[in-house]
Amino acid sequence: MLHTVNKSPFQNTSLADCARLLRDDDVLLLLEDGVFAAQTGTQHTALVESLLQRVKVYALQADLKARAVTRLIPGIETTDYAGFVELVEKHRVHSWL
Amino acid sequence: MAEEIKKIMFTVRKAPHGSIYVYEGLEVKLIMAAYDADISVVFLDDGVFALKKGQDTKELGIKGFAATYGALMDYEIQKVYVDRHSMEVRGMTEEDLLVIGEDEETEEPVTPQVIDAQEIAAMMAEQHNILSF
Amino acid sequence: MKIAVCIYEGPYNHEASDSAYNFVKAAIDRGHDIQGIFFYHDGVYNVTKLMEPPQDDRHIANRWSALGATGIDIVVCIAAAKRRGIVDEVLVPNVRISGLGQLTMMAIQADRMVVFGD
Repeated sequence: MLHTVNKSPFQNTSLADCARLLRDDDVLLLLEDGVFAAQTGTQHTALVESLLQRVKVYALQADLKARAVTRLIPGIETTDYAGFVELVEKHRVHSWL
Repeated sequence: MAEEIKKIMFTVRKAPHGSIYVYEGLEVKLIMAAYDADISVVFLDDGVFALKKGQDTKELGIKGFAATYGALMDYEIQKVYVDRHSMEVRGMTEEDLLVIGEDEETEEPVTPQVIDAQEIAAMMAEQHNILSF
Repeated sequence: MKIAVCIYEGPYNHEASDSAYNFVKAAIDRGHDIQGIFFYHDGVYNVTKLMEPPQDDRHIANRWSALGATGIDIVVCIAAAKRRGIVDEVLVPNVRISGLGQLTMMAIQADRMVVFGD
């Protein structure tokens, strides 16, 4: 399953809510304001690092660039929309709005 | 050969009334129930608040819809689940849950089935498509 | 694959419309068949021709219309539209108003459905 999280973890609990339901073969995509969770050195970094132990975590490039998010947690992969589509080809999707 | 019936899951994660998502989401479920689909509905996170019995929107002046959940089983939507953890952290117990229909045999009122995150995740993995509200 | 997309938010106010559009374009470029695009909740505002953004900004309704012109089924939910004052007369070309039955068919028939919202 591909889980998408589009809200900032500083404002909305969707990332933590999603984390409870992640299974080991799942994938997490951070997009829109969700990319703020990809930053290193925040109060949510530990959560994301723990998720990286179990699942692949992607962040959408266009959203990272728009927000000048540059210092990413090691292990997070950036992807473009083509990569987003590729993830959808491989997995059914649940959007955590 | 008959086409297999697709499993469609609805997740409800937002609270009722503060926004229209839960109400309009319910409308989708009722329409979809008339089609050939294996529908399940999972209430989690703030969505569990939509299942609180005793909601009364009269003074607010908006159209309430909680009563419609009472007809879910009449609409053949039997697979209705609520996340245990979401309820617990929100101070809700099973006693707070509204009724979604009647058991066909015993005629006892039926409330949504309380399940855990792992069960929800396992169900999600079996779905054809998932609509989130 | 047949991919269907749902958009729950209006134009400009939330990023959902942009994310969805960019996703759809990428899916088309990868050779996928867009089963349909369904606007629900405030998403119905995406396709009003009364929209007049600044000249140097993207025109969200027009670009959905252009996508519709390629044959993609772009559907606005009638119940959500009526509630919000979106009627046939204000729609951009190449989009149509229809019922939730359309959303149902998309969910059942598409190999993948992706929801963009808030």
